[in-house]
Amino acid sequence: MPYSAKYKGLLLLLFILVCLTALINLSLGSVDIPLKDIFNILFTKGVTQESWQYIILEYRLPKVFTAIFTGSGLAVSGLLMQTLFRNPLAGPYVLGLSSGASLGVAIVIMGASVFGAGTAALLLSKWSLVIASSLGSLLVLLAVLLASAKLRDTMAILIIGLMFASLTAAVVSVLAYFSPAAQLQQYIFWSFGSLGNLSWQEVSILAIFWFLGTILAIFCIKNLNTLLLGENYARSLGVKISTNRFIIIIATSLLAGSITAFAGPIAFVGLAVPHLIRQVIPTNDHKILLPAVIFGGAILMLACDIAAQMPGTEYTLPINAITSLIGAPVVIWLLIRKRKFIF
Amino acid sequence: MISARDLSIGYRNKSGDTCIASTINLEIEEGELVGLIGVNGVGKSTLLRSLSGVQPYLKGEVSILNKNLHKLSSEELAKTISVVLTEQPISKNLSVSELIALGRQPYTNWIGSLSKDDRNKIQNAIELVNIEDLKDKKCFELSDGQLQKVLIARALAQDTPFIILDEPTTHLDMYHQAYVLKLLKKLTTETNKSILFATHEINLALQLCDKIIIMEKDKVTAGSPHELIEKNAFSNIFPSDLIYFDNESVSFKIRT
Repeated sequence: MPYSAKYKGLLLLLFILVCLTALINLSLGSVDIPLKDIFNILFTKGVTQESWQYIILEYRLPKVFTAIFTGSGLAVSGLLMQTLFRNPLAGPYVLGLSSGASLGVAIVIMGASVFGAGTAALLLSKWSLVIASSLGSLLVLLAVLLASAKLRDTMAILIIGLMFASLTAAVVSVLAYFSPAAQLQQYIFWSFGSLGNLSWQEVSILAIFWFLGTILAIFCIKNLNTLLLGENYARSLGVKISTNRFIIIIATSLLAGSITAFAGPIAFVGLAVPHLIRQVIPTNDHKILLPAVIFGGAILMLACDIAAQMPGTEYTLPINAITSLIGAPVVIWLLIRKRKFIF
Repeated sequence: MISARDLSIGYRNKSGDTCIASTINLEIEEGELVGLIGVNGVGKSTLLRSLSGVQPYLKGEVSILNKNLHKLSSEELAKTISVVLTEQPISKNLSVSELIALGRQPYTNWIGSLSKDDRNKIQNAIELVNIEDLKDKKCFELSDGQLQKVLIARALAQDTPFIILDEPTTHLDMYHQAYVLKLLKKLTTETNKSILFATHEINLALQLCDKIIIMEKDKVTAGSPHELIEKNAFSNIFPSDLIYFDNESVSFKIRT
């Protein structure tokens, strides 16, 4: 491609933006730490103040990594789904993964009051939420995979995913209806999403899933490009449609499932980032799109986290609200400016 | 080159097979342009899909370059037969050269990088179809006729001895119908590829094709246009109340 050099420049620019937003993120918080000291703590280990080092290394840095993995992972799964289903409205949620996770968490938090006190004992440690949401998305994933093995038509999988989503949402509302206010509030807090509070151990588990999912996605790049012609053409070019579909679904599940487990059901990023990136880099070549979307997702998430901390105040807003508050107008503005939307 | 012996095509269901057409015998030689005609719903697309290996056939045998079609791996098949399909959900955001480059997919490495040879084949395809000026356009900027040429160029870039097209002239005006079919004719003579296409433009097909396959409800007839006209094979394709085949002008006429 003659223009790939131009795209490489843009990718580099995006990468620099990732570093920049990460740095701003590190410098923000209730305690003011000068940039110079942040560099010292990160690179030379020279301790200026014990508490600063603790704040940066044990709180802000894991949060920055969580934001990067969350944003980029969701963006990659959004891209995979949009290409697989050839549908601009697809995102990680179309497989019903976030809804499955929500159901798992809802059962743990609110189930106690409905099913009796038996489950209450092991409730509400953070790991139980992670495990519940993982199990929830795994369950929905298995159902979707079973259905996809039976179905030849990819569009039918999309509808089945949406049906699972509405089914689990219904169960969650029933649970919510019978729950006392305290539990309900706790569930709602989980559904706000959260990037903080992850230990290094948890961040590294998230990282492992992120790498697995992303590596699978990288191996799909060639076939993803072929899918842009539609499944029939892809088949005629030697792509094994169902194997390829299986790998793409697994990659998405690894990414979206693990992210929802640790950071909650973060909306919007998966759907929007691929569209935003296509506006900036007008290509459909996944060799360019995939890294661009990884950087773009990380930037959006870091920027949203900066906004969520409302610099200058002591409030922190829920990240899930911020992603939509910032992201939705940006997408609307970009599309209106271009007037023509071609997918 | 490609031949079908006693072929039955249709769909396999749990409740049994649904046969659409049976005892099909046909042969397509190297460098031949072959038109497939028949009324809507008679099974033209099913036959094309069966011959291109996308859909399993029920009975009989299809061999291509002396090999059984179903013994070919999906990769070998992609290097033997390329297709041009209509009404596919192609991403209109692809540029023309990106779309044509996807024809090289069966030959590229795991991530799809184009080698020098790939680039040459792509350039060659662009020149053969004469769309040099469209190269940098996006697909949404193209007219139907231009898009059809680009899709044909993509099939050429796939560099297969055999190309199958499903109704390549749909949505085109009369000039572009003739343009596309003449282009196919030119390709068969210049590249010695065999091309099979389904069409409703019988009058045009009769003037250009080396061979015509007529698909009717209970039989499939193949032959050169002359042979078929002599056998009066065209008179029964359509119900005779509105149109008839005029042997003198070699075309269908409206009954007055």
